[in-house]
Amino acid sequence: MTVMTKKGIVDLRSPEEIRAERRKGRTGVYLIAPGMLVLALFFALPVVVLLAMSLYVKPEGGEIGEFVPGFEIGNYATVLAAYWPELLRSFGFALIATVLALLIGFPMAYLVAVRLREKTLLQGILLVLLIAPFFSSFILRTQAWKQILADEGFIAQTLKFLAILPADGHLTATPFAVVAGLTYNFLPFMVLPIYANLGRLDTRLLEASGDLYASPMTSFFKVTLPMSAPGVFAGTLLTFIPAAGDYVNAALLGNNRNTTMIGQIIDSRFFKVIDYPGASALSFVLMVSILVLVTIYIRRFGTKELM
Amino acid sequence: MTTLATRTETTATGADLHLSGITKRFSSFVAVKDLDLVVPSGTFFALLGPSGCGKSTTLRMIAGLEAPSEGSISIGGQDVTALASHQRPVNTVFQSYALFPHMSVLENVAFGLKRKKDKQAMEKARAGLDLVELGHLANRKPIQLSGGQQQRVALARALVNRPQVLLLDEPLGALDMKLRRQMQLELKNIQTEVGLTFIHVTHDQEEAMTMADVVAVMNGGRIEQMGPPRELYELPKTAFVANFLGKSNLMRGTVSGNDAGMLSVMVNGQAILLPADRAVQASGEVVVGVRPEKITISREGYAGENRLSGTVVDVSFTGTTTEYLVEVDGIGTLGTFTQNRGQQPAAEGDTVYLSWEAQHSFGLAGAEHEDAGVDQP
Amino acid sequence: MKQKIGRWFIPAVGGLAFIYLLVPIAYIFVFSFNDAGRTNLDWRGFTLENWQNPCGAPAVCESLAHSLQVGTVATIAATALGTLIAIGLVRYKFRFRKLTDVLIILPLATPEVVLGASLLAQFLNLGWELGYATIVIAHIVFCMSFVIVTVRARVSSLDPRLEEAAADLYASPRAAFWKVTFPLLLPGIVAAALLSFAMSFDDFIITNFNSGTFQTFPKFIYVAATRGIPAQANVIGSAMFILALLVVVIGQVISYRKKKQLENS
Repeated sequence: MTVMTKKGIVDLRSPEEIRAERRKGRTGVYLIAPGMLVLALFFALPVVVLLAMSLYVKPEGGEIGEFVPGFEIGNYATVLAAYWPELLRSFGFALIATVLALLIGFPMAYLVAVRLREKTLLQGILLVLLIAPFFSSFILRTQAWKQILADEGFIAQTLKFLAILPADGHLTATPFAVVAGLTYNFLPFMVLPIYANLGRLDTRLLEASGDLYASPMTSFFKVTLPMSAPGVFAGTLLTFIPAAGDYVNAALLGNNRNTTMIGQIIDSRFFKVIDYPGASALSFVLMVSILVLVTIYIRRFGTKELM
Repeated sequence: MTTLATRTETTATGADLHLSGITKRFSSFVAVKDLDLVVPSGTFFALLGPSGCGKSTTLRMIAGLEAPSEGSISIGGQDVTALASHQRPVNTVFQSYALFPHMSVLENVAFGLKRKKDKQAMEKARAGLDLVELGHLANRKPIQLSGGQQQRVALARALVNRPQVLLLDEPLGALDMKLRRQMQLELKNIQTEVGLTFIHVTHDQEEAMTMADVVAVMNGGRIEQMGPPRELYELPKTAFVANFLGKSNLMRGTVSGNDAGMLSVMVNGQAILLPADRAVQASGEVVVGVRPEKITISREGYAGENRLSGTVVDVSFTGTTTEYLVEVDGIGTLGTFTQNRGQQPAAEGDTVYLSWEAQHSFGLAGAEHEDAGVDQP
Repeated sequence: MKQKIGRWFIPAVGGLAFIYLLVPIAYIFVFSFNDAGRTNLDWRGFTLENWQNPCGAPAVCESLAHSLQVGTVATIAATALGTLIAIGLVRYKFRFRKLTDVLIILPLATPEVVLGASLLAQFLNLGWELGYATIVIAHIVFCMSFVIVTVRARVSSLDPRLEEAAADLYASPRAAFWKVTFPLLLPGIVAAALLSFAMSFDDFIITNFNSGTFQTFPKFIYVAATRGIPAQANVIGSAMFILALLVVVIGQVISYRKKKQLENS
């Protein structure tokens, strides 16, 4: 920090702080250049191309899949008018799945990070169980859910026997199944950041809080939760963002009436209908709306530690 | 490579260190200003000062971890200003020890020798660990050691390289008081044993005075005063040194006479005697000082040439001594203490007589600020 | 009373959640022993045949090999590039820091479907044929951001004094990097690489957009799902899960033993 005084600018930083400043020099540029080039060519540029393609027009009498560069903002109006329900549903499903994942994931993270802190081996095994599902293929697991929840399956039959589920009811091909699938598949993304944060939680703080007449409940809300906030924050983002764009769960566990998500539409616009401008416009809308939501979220609840 | 080889053979007794005209700027902040310094070979030298005074920066420039903005550094007659840290015949004991957490204690100690391709790296490292009495912990990881043990490993890691100059950056700062005193003695012994030039940076004046042959007091990027600890303590030349190195009673006055080398200073109407050879200036406005332990406090009468009387405003018992604060009209509050020999010379509210020998007064320039260096960390 | 509720509430909910996490895996494992025939939907009896001949179903092993190949190449590239960026960003000054930060964070805030679609648009525009190369590029891009974030945290927490100590002890900048900096960053780099491999191996959406006719394991299952997944896919899913479990558990046990040993020495 520098301040202006009568004598001129005075540096208030200690030499240590000044020293911590980053080094100048070419080496840094050489270090980041290759990776940054990859990101520029295969992330930034593609987004620009996507934006351009979303404005392409279909020439008069052109074949399917034939488009020429243009500036057709109407593409956006067309796809938004047609697919706003799917867009809203995607955000709705993603939001519910994120909240559910938080409710399920927090106790998991707390169990592993705090309760099992002294039991290193058990803690390690549970941590592995959190990560290992990645290797058994999430589509395989989603398909497994589909079969577990199938009409003739044990769970559906039991629920029907107990009359919790009507005799002609289904578990799969419902919004419930899609949200459950989303919650399930992105759960590790919620648990791991919270775990990382709770792992650093000093349990003596809870003792101090108890010593200062806080009930366990109060301690949780006044100490544990605020201290794990950066983890919760990262976890909710890492769950919500991929969930909103996902279409595997909707495709495998949903139906064609009230579970279609925006990802499915983008996929079919690209590959089945061959409507590149429409698909690009929808992708762009999805990206921008997520960025807007995330920015509002960061402004409202954000912490510096995330970045 | 040749410099490394010749260095190892000529380092038995350390080497003179010369800093000339060293200035270090960090953007607009000047950490060290035009510093000249000669540290003779084999000296235990202490750089003492409050945090932010530039002492650590000076040390880092000697180590080559920081490049001076101006000036040059030479070791044993060789200019090392342009050499990188790893090319200098200097080793450092870091404040936080900076032990490599992924290596064993022995590997830590052998690190420098291995970089120098010393064939007997492991043997020398073991011997170095034995010197600091940690031979039995050679295979531990640093994290498994106590603070005092880590400190010794850091010392051994630097010492085994037989550097021409060994730098110590507040090496005892993280230790508790008792361990600190013990390590001070050990460090001093090791230095006497190996005969290397030690440069010790600290903000603890007692530590500096106990260990060092020569102390330089730094403030605001400059050396205020330099000399043997006793000389610095008995005859400070600036208010900063008087207050930072121990405590002082400072009184502002004007020289009213000079009788055969004995100045008479009028402090708010009272004359205080001050030998001219103990004063920075012999005329005009001066600041007269006296160390608290030189003052005799009594209810009965005076026992020295300089005499003041006042009222006791605070008494605090510290075990071996009792400290008094005495309010003297028109001059201010003076501090003094008595050895605890069972007597109780005064109580709060008593009127007392303060006196001291003229030869214990010291004189500072009138431009000095009486509070300089008080309560600096 | 409240105390007691707290005591069992967390383990109970956490434990149930772990069961929830593992139910489909157990299902996959059990049905890998199903004498399934063409579709592996109903239990038709126990057999070891699928495990004895995991490549029995057409294209299962081929797609698995493809996934392993893509995962390995993408992981190595993303880890190398990402680590360099992480070190560069923490240690050096840049003029366009805001821009580089955005470029790193944005891929993490972009849903896979958009990443996939934009890359597809790019490849269509360039006229590149979709296949192995385009998948590898796509995977490098989305893995790299994760690597950067993971390794950067590690670099920032590294005590700069350790490198200074190395320099002070006659280590040249190169020696200081390889003897001190790199070994200390290694756990972070390994974690980032494992994460990259897991994400690449399990990715479907981005792959689906950029693979053309190139088959990966997730793609194979997705396509097969409509007409029935062969039991051999369950064998592979289970085997990969067990393998991952074994690798990490063995690592855990070794480090646990080492720790015990050090404590006793």
